[in-house]
Amino acid sequence: MTTAETIISYAVWLALVVLCVSFLLTVWRVIKGPTLPDRVVALDMLTGIVIGFIALIAIRTGFTLYIDIAISLGLVGFLATVAFARFILSRGNREAPKGDMMKTFTASVPEPRRKSAARRPSGTGPAVRRKAKK
Amino acid sequence: MMDILLAAITALLILGGAGFALVAAIGLNRLPDLYTRMHAASKAGTVGSGLLLLAVGVHAGDLPTFARALAGFFFFVLTAPISAHLLAMAAHKVGYPLCAESVRDEMKDYDKRI
Repeated sequence: MTTAETIISYAVWLALVVLCVSFLLTVWRVIKGPTLPDRVVALDMLTGIVIGFIALIAIRTGFTLYIDIAISLGLVGFLATVAFARFILSRGNREAPKGDMMKTFTASVPEPRRKSAARRPSGTGPAVRRKAKK
Repeated sequence: MMDILLAAITALLILGGAGFALVAAIGLNRLPDLYTRMHAASKAGTVGSGLLLLAVGVHAGDLPTFARALAGFFFFVLTAPISAHLLAMAAHKVGYPLCAESVRDEMKDYDKRI
């Protein structure tokens, strides 16, 4: 192993460790992030970190074809972020005031349909009720 | 001698890219609200992945690979501000609040002005 290969090898190992730490920190923001745009920003950042991982694998293995994969992953991440921005714009602000993941999940259940289904038990449609009145 | 110089430049690019990614991740966790977190993610994060791509191009040592890596770098640098602006604009228009330490909000009456 020549000196140049040793330098590259140590740098790639250190960078892999650093990228792992930053990946975990970003995942923590995705889990914790109080609102939906916070999570979208963190997912965009995750795409960038994964592009960095792909570049490091390209250096380690020597396959330069990985650059094309990284570019296409960046394109997909950009389109996903644009689509999420449109979704946030059309959805409006209906986050719970104290951001809680479970609260936002349960709030998205359609309220009126559930209520009307509970009000009408089976077997007592309009016709049956009219007969019962007579 | 030449290959050691090339390896040193590549190692510098690799470590710089990883450091920028780490700074972006720390900023994403430490900054107070959505709009300041966007600074960390869209500036430092983009530079981090772009420097790592440039490191691949320098390490390969031939011109087509370096040109492709440079194209990828410019692609990321061009698309990151677009997506960040779209997301910030959508979040601000919908009404996600700024943090309490914010000094001014230039887009407060944006809908009334246009």
